[in-house]
Amino acid sequence: MSCCGDSPGYDELDGVSKLVAAKLAAFLKTLREAGFAVGLQEGRDAASLMAAGYVSRPGLLRSALKHLFSARKSDWDRFDGLFDAFWLGKRVRSRSLTMGSTKAANSPSLKNLRDTKSEPPQSEAATDQVPSAGDDAPEDRAGEGRMEGASRADNLSEIDFRKLADPDQVAQAHDAAARLAKTMRTRLTRRDLARRRGYRLDLRRTIHGNISHGGVPIDLVRRRRKAKPLRLVVLLDASGSMSMYTGVFLRFIHGVLDEFREAEAFLFHTRLAHVSDAMKERDAGRALDRLSIMAQGAGGGTKIGESLQTFNRWHAARVIHSRTCVMIVSDGYETGDAALLGREMAALARRCRRIVWLNPMLAWPGYTPEAAGIKAALPHVDLYAPANTLKSLTELEPYLAKL
Amino acid sequence: MKDREQIAQALAASGYIADGELATAISLMQLLRRPLLLEGEAGVGKTEVAKALAAVHSTELIRLQCYEGLDQSAALYEWNYQRQLLSIQAHRGEDADAVEDQIFSEKYLLERPLLAAIRRAKPPVLLIDEIDRADDEFEAFLLELLSDFQVSIPELGTIAATTIPHVVLTSNGTRELSDALRRRCLYHYVDYPDVDREARIILARIDGASASLALQIARMVEGIRKEELRKVPGVAETLDWAAALVGIGVRDLLETPETVHETLMCLLKTHEDKSRLTREVTERLLGKVA
Repeated sequence: MSCCGDSPGYDELDGVSKLVAAKLAAFLKTLREAGFAVGLQEGRDAASLMAAGYVSRPGLLRSALKHLFSARKSDWDRFDGLFDAFWLGKRVRSRSLTMGSTKAANSPSLKNLRDTKSEPPQSEAATDQVPSAGDDAPEDRAGEGRMEGASRADNLSEIDFRKLADPDQVAQAHDAAARLAKTMRTRLTRRDLARRRGYRLDLRRTIHGNISHGGVPIDLVRRRRKAKPLRLVVLLDASGSMSMYTGVFLRFIHGVLDEFREAEAFLFHTRLAHVSDAMKERDAGRALDRLSIMAQGAGGGTKIGESLQTFNRWHAARVIHSRTCVMIVSDGYETGDAALLGREMAALARRCRRIVWLNPMLAWPGYTPEAAGIKAALPHVDLYAPANTLKSLTELEPYLAKL
Repeated sequence: MKDREQIAQALAASGYIADGELATAISLMQLLRRPLLLEGEAGVGKTEVAKALAAVHSTELIRLQCYEGLDQSAALYEWNYQRQLLSIQAHRGEDADAVEDQIFSEKYLLERPLLAAIRRAKPPVLLIDEIDRADDEFEAFLLELLSDFQVSIPELGTIAATTIPHVVLTSNGTRELSDALRRRCLYHYVDYPDVDREARIILARIDGASASLALQIARMVEGIRKEELRKVPGVAETLDWAAALVGIGVRDLLETPETVHETLMCLLKTHEDKSRLTREVTERLLGKVA
């Protein structure tokens, strides 16, 4: 049984083996470009496998390398195609990714955007000029059978959600948002645990508890601290002016509800709806369908103040405790009474630990929070942040972790 | 490569009906001395792979079930504090150094799964179940152990492995694992078995199931998995259901649609799913089985 350590040195290889080694190196490069995390050790192991006779049986070699090079399900699913394309010269079914850029120019969602009354004039120009990173990346390497994959999430994460027009990109953003919610939760609960880690002997209590044994500590008392988990309450503005963003945020919230042990979600436009149950649908697509039905009937503007009033009166006592962070996702265009919004925000701020207000439009060039609604609300907000890209969503995590 | 065929045969002999690629994975485990990471939905038989592997090598299976907050003292070793304290009492008045040497000897060391796995005479199968439930820190610690196969105990010194165990890790994907751990391991994705394989699994596991009934059950389960369910039934559920049907004395699903519908509780584990699979849906699915 040969192990990876004793594969022959490069100089000792004969001509054929050198050819195989060169081809293998090229294959590794292709894999790395396709987003596989393949290191030197894996390459060496693959070489020793080929030396062990796998090279003469392509089917077995494929299966062996698949186990060796894959690290996650997405790799596992794509590997066979990449292998066949590279070693057997079969064509890979690759999706056309350039479509996104042409669609983006005349996408209906952008037209909606232009019609929105308070749209700042700069953003239209920005839409046309700023190329989204997702569009040009694959073209560079189109010849090498590059396919879209997890590694592209980084490219994507800085694109404003409203510039995602290609359905593929939107789907990717949705997936990334759900994944983000997932990692956020694990990291947050991890921090919880670190504080709880005092899994050690409590000497004082041990001695006290064993006085009846003449001071011989037979029964040991251990100490571990309990922490209340952070609860996240999300209030999402589903009004018309937010329509470009609701999709991604709904997906984010779906992920949050799925993963956080304690989370609640509300949707508001002219009135408030408690949507946690609808969101707990396991299948994200179906959850979104149910929600879009609930989100309908908006039409007449956004009544943030009234919605908050409903929340404070009927839900706050139940869903808010001392370690609760309320996250409001809204552009702050209040069509109701701004003074009411201010009062309700103050009431909410007294109850919960932190209020985070996410305003996707904050990142738009030239935007200043001048709407009466947001002006009234801001004094009570602990963190006012843009959340128009996945990256900006990620940046919230350290803040939440500190609560 | 000869091992590969042998492994496939041995797996079949142990009652585990493997898909073709698993034998390759297992032979690679030996060849490259890498752990095997199994991912897949709950209930597809990931843990069974480790049991089958232990049977193939006819060796012991040591299992470490991971959970949030799992730490070294539960996974690796712990001192037997009570015995140590009693010993201190018993040797009161003796030379302190001698007592200390004694209470920090092997006799007072409690072996936990990881330490046990590297100190056996014959390499055991070490199953690290649901690694995604453990914390990041534990994962990093595990990574170190899996590459060095030695454990250092401050009071006792370094304990090197007498044997390198066959390591199988499973993950349900509740948390993203670190890239370092993924790279260290061979990766195998365990999918729901296809109809043919599932039927063979039923035949192998359930006494008294006929080939035709097993095939019907497998087809029915495949149909149910395609419905949009909250909890998709795994192989374990299929086996439960098959056992129930055989126990009741069903010979043909089509003859007893009522019983089929009533016993679906073996497969469907939430109220939502139960109400989604109405009588009509059951009948439609049964129609496809024929």
